[in-house]
Amino acid sequence: MNAPLRRAGVVVMVLFGLLFVNLNWVQAYKADDYRNSDYNRRVQLAEYERQRGVIQTLGGKVLATSKETDDELRFLRTYPAGEAYTPVVGYKPVNLAETGIERAENDYLAGTSDQLFADRIRDMFTGKETSGGNVILTLSARAQETAFKELQDNRVGARKGAAVALDPTSGAVQALVSMPSFDANPLTSHDTDAAQAAYDKLNADKDKPLLNRAVSETYPPGSTFKVIDSAAALENGLEPDSVVQGGSSYLPPQAGQPIHNAPGVVCPSTLTLKQALTVSCNTAFSRLCVDKLNADKIKSEARQFGFEEDDLSVGRLDGEGIPVAASHTGDMLRPDGQQDPALLAQSCIGQSDVRMTPLQGALIAATVANNGRQMRPYLVQQLKGPDLTTVHYTAQPRPQQQPISEDTAGKLRDMMESVVRNGTGRRAQISGYTVGGKTGTAENGDNPDHGWFIGFVLKDGKPITAVCVFLEHAGSGGSSEAARIAGQVMRAVIADRGGD
Amino acid sequence: MTAAADVPAPAPVGEASRARPPRTRRNTELALLLVAMVIVAVYLGVVEANVLATGRGARAGGGVTVTSDFWVPAAILALVFVALHVLVRWRAPYADPALLPAVALLNGLGVAFLRRLDLSDAPAAERADLTTFAGAGGRQLAWTLAGVVGAGVLLFFLRDHRVVSRYAYTLGLAGIVLVMLPAVLPRRFSEINNAKLWIILPGVGQIQPGEFAKLLLVSFFAYYLVRKREVLSLASRRVLGIDFPRGRDLGPVVAVWALSLLVLVFEKDLGTALLFFGMFVVTLYIATERVSWLIIGLLLFFGGAFLAYSLGGTIGGPFANFYQRVQIWQDPFADPDNKGYQLVQSLLGLGTGGLFGAGPGGGEPGIVPLVHSDFVFAGLGEEIGLFGLTALLVVYLLIVERGIRAGLQVRDSFGKLLAGGLAFTLGLQVFVIVGGVSKLIPLTGQTTPFLSAGGSSLMANWLLVAMLLRISDAARQPAGAAAGPVGPGSGSPPVRLYNAPTEVLR
Repeated sequence: MNAPLRRAGVVVMVLFGLLFVNLNWVQAYKADDYRNSDYNRRVQLAEYERQRGVIQTLGGKVLATSKETDDELRFLRTYPAGEAYTPVVGYKPVNLAETGIERAENDYLAGTSDQLFADRIRDMFTGKETSGGNVILTLSARAQETAFKELQDNRVGARKGAAVALDPTSGAVQALVSMPSFDANPLTSHDTDAAQAAYDKLNADKDKPLLNRAVSETYPPGSTFKVIDSAAALENGLEPDSVVQGGSSYLPPQAGQPIHNAPGVVCPSTLTLKQALTVSCNTAFSRLCVDKLNADKIKSEARQFGFEEDDLSVGRLDGEGIPVAASHTGDMLRPDGQQDPALLAQSCIGQSDVRMTPLQGALIAATVANNGRQMRPYLVQQLKGPDLTTVHYTAQPRPQQQPISEDTAGKLRDMMESVVRNGTGRRAQISGYTVGGKTGTAENGDNPDHGWFIGFVLKDGKPITAVCVFLEHAGSGGSSEAARIAGQVMRAVIADRGGD
Repeated sequence: MTAAADVPAPAPVGEASRARPPRTRRNTELALLLVAMVIVAVYLGVVEANVLATGRGARAGGGVTVTSDFWVPAAILALVFVALHVLVRWRAPYADPALLPAVALLNGLGVAFLRRLDLSDAPAAERADLTTFAGAGGRQLAWTLAGVVGAGVLLFFLRDHRVVSRYAYTLGLAGIVLVMLPAVLPRRFSEINNAKLWIILPGVGQIQPGEFAKLLLVSFFAYYLVRKREVLSLASRRVLGIDFPRGRDLGPVVAVWALSLLVLVFEKDLGTALLFFGMFVVTLYIATERVSWLIIGLLLFFGGAFLAYSLGGTIGGPFANFYQRVQIWQDPFADPDNKGYQLVQSLLGLGTGGLFGAGPGGGEPGIVPLVHSDFVFAGLGEEIGLFGLTALLVVYLLIVERGIRAGLQVRDSFGKLLAGGLAFTLGLQVFVIVGGVSKLIPLTGQTTPFLSAGGSSLMANWLLVAMLLRISDAARQPAGAAAGPVGPGSGSPPVRLYNAPTEVLR
């Protein structure tokens, strides 16, 4: 019996040899894969062992910070500045997907980015626990909070909307709000069931507070699109005082439905281009587009202003940011590919398939204000190391395109100033400052109209801010209310800069 | 290591070796045992240093690094094992000196690891005050005490392993009853965590009878096969070049095996089924020395596994469980949050440990599900790494090979078969569970001997070790000493052919 007994011993040795080889596979060859696997919660536990960096405004207002707890996850992410900032800051939850700047600058905030490598090495030797890096945003607390408060307190009863303010000369985002917003604190709870429940509740809300309406949603821009038309007209040889044909209605060739003016708009049968913009004359712009311009010119002009750009993100200029949905003009063609004057006429007054994000609206105004040079928008001003002295990144503003010449920009600026001075945008006026802009009322099927205002404010010819305010389903008076809110946001930026 | 006092003066060279008084090597055992306990104490200390000094523990513990009584569990274990060692000196002086320290090391590390889990489960502020007998680690410590007492009682009263053969049928019947009990008991008396393999005494506790049945059935197989080995290996019919035994010779054994397997399939405990199967085939092979048995066994096994897999994939029913386990084994990451969760987390834990591990107390083994029982090896692997696990495997291998060596050396066939069967079963169990948690084979629930939390497993495996100690004592003691009376007050058993020393041919 000893021979088979010995063989049984050999069998056990072989089995253990297999175990050993397999453990080598799991613990040596596959070790890195497993260690960094998405399913490995140790990655998260380690992440929460290090205090995440702070997100703050340029003025030092803390928007996101981490505080120590006794939980298994050591630090709890909190957002002390309230819901006005949520669309920008986003949130960094335990079990859900992170959003906003929290997502875009995750590596830096968590302290795992390459830039913080030296800090990590130093910690290893000193045994000190340093936090992640800090992100300083371009936001002006005053403008951001004013924009959010004014949106919420709008006088036309709109429940949804957005507002964006940019520094035209740099592209720095001074305010970016979306309404309704939400408090992100419940979402970062370490009680993942509670966080999930809070998320589900927000997700089920019919007003969709989780949407960032300023950048991720597009809406028909209505008459604000006439700024693009005007730019195309000026670039194609027309002048602000060129006479165009208006009238109470215009039937484009091959069209079934005539173009009318908005209620209350008085549009003479002949008027200058500047007058047409000032009173927001639909018939004049539709006819202008069909007779003197064409679909390609409009689409091309819009594209130069930033339409159809589908990989824009607003965050760091050299890196990731909050993704911005592409604004579209639509192809303005018939299904068979032929030119369609009826569609063109509709598109030129910002209807049909034209869709725009509020950020794009602010970019248009900023471009006009900045002599036709469009600066790439950004939110991150600086990345500062855990010690708050080492600066790893400072925004270097850079132009991304020049859709119109300086000359055209000057003329267009003058036309837009006329809108605020004499036309539909009067409520955006600020005494002592030059304000220009364009209102928009966009039809949206059977729903109440959207109200828009895009505009800029100058002091002694120097642009201070460009603002876009959007009120979803605002109904009548929406664009005028949007102009008023834009004026308030402009005032906030002025006040923040030490103006009166 | 052997103390000089224990070793008589060497016999003059040239004398026959049998004239040399055999060495008991008990002092070696004691020394190894103490080394093992020092390792356990160091492990406990490092655990406390890591759990209390870093992260959350340090924040609440106010800088306490190691409590002054970290070594107490190791000391208690040392006391218990040394007591058993003293008993071995007295009752089994020639027993293999490596067995007890090896098992003590595993058992001690098991207690220490469970205590480590308790520490990280406890609120940070209370960690430093965790008492010795608190939590899963404390219970394991108590069970160790019980297991060692059980082993001691067995060694004390069972002076000759051959006595067991007298009660073989009783033991076999008891084994079957133990295996079947959970299957026939109502769920509330037999089911924990969806596994119907317990006997629950409400208010008292629960036992896992399969662990004990393993021992009883091996004893029965050993007895029966030794009695029948001549007929089984000689009276056979040759079919297709393979010698098949006569049905009537094999009937009872196959009946026992089939019955236990059937019950196990109904209990959904495939790990134990696989274990019994391997145990049965190997004892049969050792008894008959016929390779045909291995071939038949392996064919049956793989055929059965394949059949169960295809049936599970098509008709489901009682085979669906097996089918699902194979699917998870093939690609655990296909459903990492649900079906594959356990195995995925086990692999991630092992992988995170890497070559050297996070250090005792330095990892997060609490993430791995069932880390107290089935996945204890994965939990340990995160903290002691590939090197530590390899060392553990070597310790297991040592126990198994020492058991088999006892079988090789012992003179009677029953002892050979019993030692070989027990040792092989232990090795197979380690293979099944460690292979399962490391994705070498489909995962089937099993305890990891001496490491997993649980009284039944610990008690049963300590009895197994006591049996191996007893057989190794018989194997290594001088020929004259073995001729004494077999058991206290029982008189000599009738001399049978199967009790005669086996002549090794070749």
